[in-house]
Amino acid sequence: MLPILQIGPLAIQTPGLILLLGLWLGLSLSERLAPRFNSDANSLYNLVFFALVAGLLGARLGYAMQNMQHFIASPISLVSLNPGLLDISSGLAVGLLVAFIYGNRKALHLWSTLDAITPMLAVFAIALALSHYASGSAFGSVTTLPWGIYLWSAKRHPSQIYEAILAIIILWNIWPKYENNVIAPKFPGATFLLFLALSAGARLFIEAFRGDSTLILGLRYAQLIAWGVLAISLFALHSIGRRSVDG
Amino acid sequence: MNMRLFSVAILIIGATWIFASAPSEGSTTDGKIPAPQVGFLAPEFTLKTINGESIDISDFRGQAVLINLWATWCPPCRAEMPDMQQAYERYNEQGFTILAINATNQDSIPAVEAFISEHGLTFPILLDTQGDVSKLYQLRSLPTSFFVDPDGIIQEVIIGGPMSEALLFTRIENLLSEMR
Repeated sequence: MLPILQIGPLAIQTPGLILLLGLWLGLSLSERLAPRFNSDANSLYNLVFFALVAGLLGARLGYAMQNMQHFIASPISLVSLNPGLLDISSGLAVGLLVAFIYGNRKALHLWSTLDAITPMLAVFAIALALSHYASGSAFGSVTTLPWGIYLWSAKRHPSQIYEAILAIIILWNIWPKYENNVIAPKFPGATFLLFLALSAGARLFIEAFRGDSTLILGLRYAQLIAWGVLAISLFALHSIGRRSVDG
Repeated sequence: MNMRLFSVAILIIGATWIFASAPSEGSTTDGKIPAPQVGFLAPEFTLKTINGESIDISDFRGQAVLINLWATWCPPCRAEMPDMQQAYERYNEQGFTILAINATNQDSIPAVEAFISEHGLTFPILLDTQGDVSKLYQLRSLPTSFFVDPDGIIQEVIIGGPMSEALLFTRIENLLSEMR
């Protein structure tokens, strides 16, 4: 666990730094692999950039609108660097809307674009696991297993390490592969949907070792969501794949 | 194997895993274990204030508490104190308090006294002369703030600062809403 990286007088929040690095590496990888998914690297970069900026603004404005009286009293808080003043769902909604509008204007093919951003998402998932490890969040349940780590007053499953290992395996699985010197023929959307299915499966599996699960009716909420996402992505893989073969 | 059959098999295995891995009593934190992390019980401590009064965090069970670790030489700590004072004046009667723990092992009492009178601080300023509470709360950077709910469970940890006024007020109101 290394939540703060102290460089002289500078205290850098390690989890945030890891996430930024993950985003940068992931976007670079997606740009490099874009031609293999029949996508244009520049359009992809712009799409992600606009969506991120809009998402960030949307998250802050969404939070401000929900807590209007405090922001009217202190308008400077609108430009505060506190990440706690962000509303994630507003940010996601605005980011996706802007990505959708940009994609439409540039006539980007939906499934090919989703395939092309998948390497970025896969690298970001690894960074997310490492940032959890750095901050000590998303921690595991208590265990007596020899590879348990001592964290938050107990020996626990290293759930963040499990998360990172599975994220690396997922990245390897979605990496566009060559067969006989040509890219293995797949239908547009296959890479993205495979990533979605594998990530949901990984979450469904790992959540069982978490010590901070939110419960609903005695079951782990994240597992129920992951099962739903897994079902949708498998169904989509099946139906889009069949349509593509029939077409 | 047929793709449809494979998918159904995966979903059945997944559903079985959800029920098989349902948490048993105590397998999640439930806020019962003390640790300086979200979802855990705020670790117990007793410290003396600058006036010599002894304060135990367990005395504040049932109240919304902001534990703030700070030092006079730390610029962001100094910057967030006026907003903290304002928050204390506004919400104290509703059941909110601030325990501002000065990292006295790396500060000086005269500097703390001068800072309190300069800013007219009225909330309890506790002196961590040996650095025990800093160690207990795994202090890595100043300031660090812990928002603790009326059950004594840490709801949010903010490392670094200064906290903006909006952040401070919205978090306090969230904690107070749990008491209503």
